[in-house]
Amino acid sequence: MGIARRLALLFRVKANKALDRAEDPREVLDYSYQRQVEMLAKVRRGLADVATSRKRVELQMRQAGQAADHLQSQAAQAVQQGQEDLAREALTRRSAALAQIEQLQPQAAQLRSDEQRLTVSAQRLQDKVEAFRSRKETVKATYTAAEAQSRIGEAVSGISEEMGDVGLAMQRAEDRTAQMSARADALDELMSSGALDDASQPIGKRDDIQAALDSGRGGQPAIESQLAQLKAQIAAPAPPAQLESREQQQPKGTEAS
Amino acid sequence: MIIRILGEGQYDVEDSRVEELNTLDGQLQDAVDAGDTAAFGPVLAALHAAVRDRGTAVPADMIVPSDLVLPAADAELAELTALLTDDGLIPG
Repeated sequence: MGIARRLALLFRVKANKALDRAEDPREVLDYSYQRQVEMLAKVRRGLADVATSRKRVELQMRQAGQAADHLQSQAAQAVQQGQEDLAREALTRRSAALAQIEQLQPQAAQLRSDEQRLTVSAQRLQDKVEAFRSRKETVKATYTAAEAQSRIGEAVSGISEEMGDVGLAMQRAEDRTAQMSARADALDELMSSGALDDASQPIGKRDDIQAALDSGRGGQPAIESQLAQLKAQIAAPAPPAQLESREQQQPKGTEAS
Repeated sequence: MIIRILGEGQYDVEDSRVEELNTLDGQLQDAVDAGDTAAFGPVLAALHAAVRDRGTAVPADMIVPSDLVLPAADAELAELTALLTDDGLIPG
């Protein structure tokens, strides 16, 4: 017996267990329908988990990309200042950031395809569940228990297989999502440790390369420029650099927020 | 004959066109028995292509059990072996 037949049998055995349990086959219809509704809810939750995981991986890719750009410009600055060691350090970290992106890319692709496939499966299950519900009422209203037996068997086996299918797809996606979120945790830790300079952190938390670059310029130019900025702000109270403030300055804005 | 590709849906394939699928299914069985991961992927892909090519998709409102069930396109041999050796693995 081939693989495909064996798999089909496994699904059928599963469905038959439910059918055998009930005294009146019509009970199976309600029981099965209840399970279907639960399954649909579960699949929707699973889908949301996969989407969250995908967004997280994509965010990390963006962060690593920003870090790489930042380190590139720091390396250029260091070269200008003649600080070759510092430039080398920046480039080393940059290549680590690029390596992270490379590792994250297949994960993001996998999650995107899981998400897509689960979406399609969930839609298909939903269609089947709706079809099942209307058939269930017809069978219950029209047929005696004996007559219902054969009609119910096919519908219940069919929908049970559908649920098994979408359930398997979900299990696989969940396993992968769990693996990936463990890796994402590790990467977040790596980023916050500074090993992968995270360029998205606020200016106040300057990284060590930036500190070395600043001191390389002599004096404390960062602090000097901050002081100058503060003075300028006091002189002109509405800083035009902010997007919001620009909108506020527009006469009769489209949106009153 | 109704054939399901896991993760994808069901297809209705005319009985007269099933012979070739049986041959491929036999090859899949051989690959699984031998634990041959290199052969498994291509045979599975060929099976999927044959089903899609010969069959028509079962409409959404039709609820029928399948005569044959094929593993998902990206299934790994180990997953399939686990599924075949323990029928409790099928959820739903």
